[in-house]
This record gives sequence, structure tokens and C-alpha cells, in this order.
Amino acid sequence: MLSKTLHISSSPHIKKDVSTDLIMKNVVYALLPVVLFSVYAFGINALLVIATSVFGCLLTEHLLCSWSKRESTISDWSAVITGILLGLTLPPIFPLWMAFLGAVLAIGLGKFVFGGLGYNAFNPALVGRAFLQAAFPVAITTWHPSFLEDRFFSISKSVLALPFAEPIVDGISGATPLSAFKFDKVTASTSDLALGLTSGSTGETCAWIILLGGIYLIYRNMMNWRIPVAILSTVFILSGLLFLLDNQVYPSPLFMLFSGGLMLGAVFMATDMVGSPITPLGVWIYGAFIGILVVVIRIWGGLPEGVMYAILLGNALSPQIDKMIRPKVYGTKKLTK
Amino acid sequence: MFNLAKNTFKHGVHPPENKEETNRLPIRQFPFAPLIILPMQQHIGNPSQIIVREGQEVARGQLLAKANGYMSVPMHSPVSGKVRKIANVPVISGQMVQGIYLEPFPFSGQETIEGKPIPLSASPEEILRGIQDAGIVGLGGAAFPTHVKLKIPEGKKCEYLLINGIECEPYLTTDHRVMLEQADDIFMGIRYLLKATGAKEVVIGIEANKQDAADHLVGKIPQDLPVRVQVVPVKYPQGAEKMLITAIIGKEVPSGGLPIDVNTVVVNVATTAEIGRLLPHGQGIQERVITITGPAISKKGNYLIPIGTPLRYVLEQVGASKNISEVFMGGPMMGVSASSLDISIVKGTSGIVVFGDNDVKKTDKIYPCIKCGACVDACPIFLNPSKLGILAKFEAYDSMAEEYNLMDCFECGSCSYVCPSNIPLVQYFRLSKGIIRKRKANIQQKTNA
Repeated sequence: MLSKTLHISSSPHIKKDVSTDLIMKNVVYALLPVVLFSVYAFGINALLVIATSVFGCLLTEHLLCSWSKRESTISDWSAVITGILLGLTLPPIFPLWMAFLGAVLAIGLGKFVFGGLGYNAFNPALVGRAFLQAAFPVAITTWHPSFLEDRFFSISKSVLALPFAEPIVDGISGATPLSAFKFDKVTASTSDLALGLTSGSTGETCAWIILLGGIYLIYRNMMNWRIPVAILSTVFILSGLLFLLDNQVYPSPLFMLFSGGLMLGAVFMATDMVGSPITPLGVWIYGAFIGILVVVIRIWGGLPEGVMYAILLGNALSPQIDKMIRPKVYGTKKLTK
Repeated sequence: MFNLAKNTFKHGVHPPENKEETNRLPIRQFPFAPLIILPMQQHIGNPSQIIVREGQEVARGQLLAKANGYMSVPMHSPVSGKVRKIANVPVISGQMVQGIYLEPFPFSGQETIEGKPIPLSASPEEILRGIQDAGIVGLGGAAFPTHVKLKIPEGKKCEYLLINGIECEPYLTTDHRVMLEQADDIFMGIRYLLKATGAKEVVIGIEANKQDAADHLVGKIPQDLPVRVQVVPVKYPQGAEKMLITAIIGKEVPSGGLPIDVNTVVVNVATTAEIGRLLPHGQGIQERVITITGPAISKKGNYLIPIGTPLRYVLEQVGASKNISEVFMGGPMMGVSASSLDISIVKGTSGIVVFGDNDVKKTDKIYPCIKCGACVDACPIFLNPSKLGILAKFEAYDSMAEEYNLMDCFECGSCSYVCPSNIPLVQYFRLSKGIIRKRKANIQQKTNA
């Protein structure tokens, strides 16, 4: 005789084998090769910067959760992503205390005040980075050459600088390809850029490894492929047109594509699901908007790099895009408004 | 825009099919249970009106309850036996409704009382009346009275008759077996349906995972019938009326409208077979084909089970394991969990899927919506479940209904199925729709008063 209390649930009773923490974990996996290359290129300094940033994010998220009497959300892996991404946008000899402060701001101001995961209007890592850029303009533009002989053994003095002490600028500093172009009109070779043989932020150098991570996530259906495609093709087409117009004044489209933070931003930051539109058409518009801003800021703006601001502005626009772009509901005549 | 049929609809999901364990097993007759429990509310509409009394002896096929008005159907006795009791009986919703307890005679057989046959030469009205008198409702699961659905409203015209053999729910193989084993009944049913609706063209829609059924039916199409079989790609919820119409005739049913608004009537294939089998003999429906499957069942199969057979008896006969945990009446995507084994098989039961303790999905952690858009890409109606889910949390029901077309949702479950944050979207929508309907009814009442 069967007699047992039955389990009751609301339909559907089966569920696709995917979860938010699984997606986040896979983004971390996709970022690991980028981190490894960064450590390979910039040595122990880069490792310390990225590790500090991740630690700062996790600690902030955990403490904020416990202070607001909520279950800690560090196990959803999203804070790890923010930490890695923030670390990857910083120069390799960035003072650690500043990186930590940036991480606290990224999680606190970029994510927690909005209500945590899913509610953040902006990419938290970029909020942290924007704060650092405003607070420490010198330190964040002090670059460092890659592939130095002693990079695995010597820790830069500026990395270990004490909080609020004048950061010690390390003797050797290397200009990034974008700033070299902006201020001295020198362009680096595209193959050096693509292979990551130039200077830059810890994670902004090797385009191929970043693309590989993106392809993995697209293959796992965990990233919207339209976003990087829209951004990169907009940048390529727009800067290509300018280059055709006058190749003395404007950089080549390949240089634009492979320099600075564009690849990292297009593949890993603009694709943050929370800050991007939800419909395919909306996503194309969002990507094109970011692409246009990148070109405009880089070529006509006062800064050598514009990916960060372009994505933050894209994030700001995306709720509007979602409001305006709505698919036609089945059986209705026109777009609902 | 193109008006060509694309052979499928846009969006949708691909859950694991899990049909291979039963799709080769022929339909088998189920024994009579020692007690049959017949609720009078097995269909959408008014409950049937009991016309027998306690202690009365009835024969298999005898009328037990008559239709209560147009939006109702009668109920026939599935067994020869004695009316033990007329009392409230449990149904799947957890409520108690009026019903009949029937005790079959020992060794009672399969022979059934015949009524007045409905010939093919009968008028459309006579055929619709015959369908109602046979107690026929949608056997795909909705249990909507078929004669109501077939009634073409004034000023409308039926061009296409679509026979729904899609069966897109995972696990279920009921319609698959019916198509393989009851082709003659299906074509007889189509003759009646053609007469009743005046349709010019008949299309039997079948998913590509039932190619054998499609081939079998193609070989059996009578020369004089305007029937073709169309095989469509496997995708959930292809079997939903609207999705099937879009796939086959390439038109969208207007929001809030019915298939007849695009000159179409859709009838489930098992319902069609039942019409073809019962009407020539003037009989009523007494049993139906049900797939019983799932990891916790040892004798999986497709069974012809008398209506009113208690669920507990069914599960004991098919060797349900001791650690059953969840029983779904219908498929796993849209079926309803049984809260008790004391309910019985009803006309709308298309399948019984049983999961054991280890098969039930654990109550997964619910994460906030990360706006990944998986639900937007899944919704066959092109709604924004992500936004609707957030609005439901804020109880913004007016906005859900008016700005975001919630009432077009037919609860197929595709959004919940794909949601990585495990948000119970369909559950939110079902509740919200209920609240919105209630509010509307209240306003209506106030204006009337």
C-alpha cells in the first residue's frame, strides 16, 4: 500500500541545468587565462594587484552582507568577477592600498547601494575604476614596461606604498600604445598589440587570450555574443572610415581594435548581463552606442582611453533601451508602448 | 511580411524528451479497480448532473450524469457495477467536488451499452450534439468541452482543421501510440469533424520525433479526404494551439482571440480518435490512453485506463517504487502535482509521471534576476518574463496586464525552465493572472450593482 506524503511543486517540474552561480563561475574560468598572461607579462606586481582587488571585493561584500543582516552572497562568485575585472584594469605597479580601496568602492558603491547582484545599474568594477581614476590620476596612469627580466622576483616600491603616503613613482615607466599615439602620434604594431607585447593595464594587453575566453563563454551560451560583435565592429567600421579619410591623422582600425582596454571591455565588461539590455535589438543598439563613444573619446576626447566611460554610459542608457525596444507580442498588431 | 508557413514558431525551449522508454510500448488494457471514483467536475464548465441513485446497478456505458447546460458534458459509467455512494470526492486541486463511488461487479467485462448511432450523414448540429452526448472533452489535458470548441460562431468561417499530434511535453507518448494504433478511428473522427466545422483542409501536425507515426498515418489517408500530414521540428511548446497554428498556416491568433479568428479549429489527435470510435455507436467515453512513466515506475507503458480509476490503484499496478516523491498529472512542463493519491483518473489525464526521492529537483537557491535574457529568448509569445517577474514582486498587476501583456501568457513554463536564477516565474504569473481576473470581476460587479 502506497502511503507517503507527496512533494508538491508548481509547474514546470523540470529545470534546465544552468544556474546563476554556474554562469558566474564560468566567467571566472574564462578570465583565468587573462590573469595568467598578465602575471606572465608583468610578474609578481600584477599578481599582487589582482589578488588584492579580489580580496577587497570579497571582504567588502561579505561584511556589507553581515552588517545588513543578510546571508552572505560571496558564494555566487559575482564579487570574484568584479575583483578580477577591477584588477585587470589597473596598472601593474598600482599601489595595493589603492587597489583595495577601489575594490571597496566597486562593491559598496557600484553594487551594494543598488541592492546587490542583479540591481546594479553600472558595472561595479568600472565604478571602482572610475573612482580610482578621479582620486589618483597619477598613479593610475603610471605604466610599467612588460616582460622585464626581474619581473617574477622584484616587487615594485610603488606597489607597497603606504596609504596616503606620496606614491613612489618607479623610475622606469612605459607609455601605453594609446597614450603614445594620443600625445606623440606613434602607433604600435598590430601584431605586438594582439600578442600582448606592449605596455598597459594588467589585463589589457593580450587580445587573443581575451577573445578566447569570450568564445568559450559564447560556446557555453553564457554570454551574449551580440555585444562584443556590435562594439568591435562599430569601432572597426567607424575608425576604418576615418582612417580612409586621412591615414596621417587617424590611427588604423586594427590599432584601434587591439589597443587599450577595448577587447577586455567589449568581451568581459559590456557583457555584464545586469547592465545591458535584454532584447537582441536593444543589445545591438547598446553595443553600437558604446563603440561610437569609444572612437569619439579616443580620437577627439582629452583622454587617451575611453572604454570605461563608454561602457558606463552604455549601462546608463540600457534601461531606456529596454523601455523603448520591445518585441512585438504574439498576436498583437504593433509594438506595445 | 511573408505569409509563408515557417514550419515552426519562434523561441521555445528544448527540454530532454525522455520518450524512448514508452514510445515503443503498445497500448495495454488496464484492469478494473475494486472501487471507481468519478468526480462530476472533470471538464471546464458546469459539473455534470447525477441522474442515478445510491444502490442502483448500472451497466458499462450507461449514462450516470447528464450535461448541465451547454457548457457541460455528461458522464458515462466506465464499469458495470453498483453505485455505492454519492458524496464528495477529492480532485487534484485539493478541493472536494460531488462524485460517485462505483463498485464494479466481479468479473465484469468490456462489453458496453450502445446508444443511438450518429451517422456521417447527420447535420453539423446533430454531430455536435452527438459529441456532447458522448461526454467528449479535449483529451490533450485542457478538458475543454469539444462541442463548444467546434461550434463555429456566426459570421466566422473554418478553413483549416488542424489535428494536434505534436505531444511536445517530455515523457508523454499517449498521442504517439494513438496515432500508431488507432489510425482508422482518427480518420473516422476527421470525417465527423469536417462535417461539423465545414473545413476545407485538414492538416495533422506531428513532431519529428514521431516520424513512424507520421509515416503510418500518411499510408492510411483515405483517398477522398483532404488530409495531409505535416512533420514539424521538435520544440516545446509546439503543441500549444497558437504555436501549432503559426507553424502550419503561418498566421498569429490575435491577442485575446481564438483560433477561429484565423479560420482554424485545432483538435487533439486522441480526441479525434475518440470521436471516430464513439459516434458511430452512440457511446460515451469510458476510458482513455495514459502514459505512465518516470524514474519511480517499474512497469512503464501506455495504458487504456477506465475513467475514475483511483491514482493509488494505478500506481500499485504499475509497480511504483516505495519512495515516490512527486506525481505529475500531465507532463512535467505544464502538468499539476498530485497532492494525494486518493484522487482518480479523469478525462483530461494525458499522462502520469512519477519521480522518486532522488529524482525531484531540490528546492534550488533563488538568485536575483541577472537580466540574462534567457526567458525573453524562450517565451513563445514574446513577452518579457524578466520584467514581469520584477513587476509581480512589486504587485504592479495593472502594469503587468496593460503594459506587458501578461494575459497573453498561457503558462507553458519555458521561462521558468531556462531561468538560471531559479525564479518561479510561471508561479508568479499564475497568481498575478488570478488576482487580475478577480479585480476585473469585482469592478464588473460594482458597475452592475
